[in-house]
Amino acid sequence: MTYIIECSNLTKKFKGKTALNSIDLKIPRGRIVGLLGPNGSGKTTFIKICNSLLTPTKGEIFIDGKEPGKETKAIVSYLPEGNYLNDWMNVRAIIGLFNDFYKDFDSKKAYQLLKDLNINPNDKFKNMSKGTKEKVQLILVMSRDAQLYLLDEPIGGVDPAARDYILDTILKNYNEKATIILSTHLISDIERILDDIIFLKNGEIIMSNTVDDIREKQGKSVDSLFREVFKC
Amino acid sequence: MSWDLSSDRPIYAQLLEQIELKICSGIYPPGFKMPSVRDLAQEASVNPNTMQRALSALEDTGLLYSHRTSGRFVTDDADLIKNTRTRLAQKHIKEFLKKMSELGFNKGEILEILINLSGGNTK
Repeated sequence: MTYIIECSNLTKKFKGKTALNSIDLKIPRGRIVGLLGPNGSGKTTFIKICNSLLTPTKGEIFIDGKEPGKETKAIVSYLPEGNYLNDWMNVRAIIGLFNDFYKDFDSKKAYQLLKDLNINPNDKFKNMSKGTKEKVQLILVMSRDAQLYLLDEPIGGVDPAARDYILDTILKNYNEKATIILSTHLISDIERILDDIIFLKNGEIIMSNTVDDIREKQGKSVDSLFREVFKC
Repeated sequence: MSWDLSSDRPIYAQLLEQIELKICSGIYPPGFKMPSVRDLAQEASVNPNTMQRALSALEDTGLLYSHRTSGRFVTDDADLIKNTRTRLAQKHIKEFLKKMSELGFNKGEILEILINLSGGNTK
């Protein structure tokens, strides 16, 4: 099976408002894909459907050839937007939890990454800064040996130096047969690690191409193109 | 040497140029075993597929070659490296001459400036 995600005519409506409108998409394995679009363009909705947190109103989606559900969750590592961990737990306990939940979780890797970032595993989640929380969550997600990583705004709340570390962590820790999809609007920071980009606007794909093809044909960065396409 | 990538040109083309430069300047000497794609990609903070593309293109030119089991190496062909160096020098000089002519200098004046800047000695 070549494609990790395949969807056709994928549509999601919320009380009359169309969040995703008839999306056709095939995403191969071994790619790092940027899901880019302004606020409210449907990025998070798409990611949530891939995780079976939302069900499509119309159309089909297959992850590794299967409908999103219990089976696909075993191969998908998902970083939601914002905090989703229990505040009262310390990092060690959370790592234990992940280890129980996911067969492909590598505690050793998680502890190594924590050490690299000088995060004490005995610290409680609620006592951490916003940036540190984001780092811990990313460490947990990247310590799984998944086939698909879905990262919703992984670099939104951290400073530029930590951003570089996070991107390094992503590059270092994914296996080359896996695909990473990350949504963001901080394009210039992540452009050089992406293979492909997908531009979403009002729930529709308005462009999907490789980063180097865009630079070659348009003579400008994806960031400048984005600013042009989505000019307010 | 760090990797300096501008934002308006294809990344793989820029990686290719910079590896070429590293080979010409001896940072990667003849016969040198290149780091793995993954390590190079990480060093340059770029996507491994993009780095792979640049390395493959350099294999096509002969500056790099692959050994099935032991990895990727810089060519031992001194002439090829010399020719590449000359080609890069010509490219830079052409760009320089273009800028100078935009500033309104003719060839004689440019030569004069060059001689003055290099201490008045043409040897």
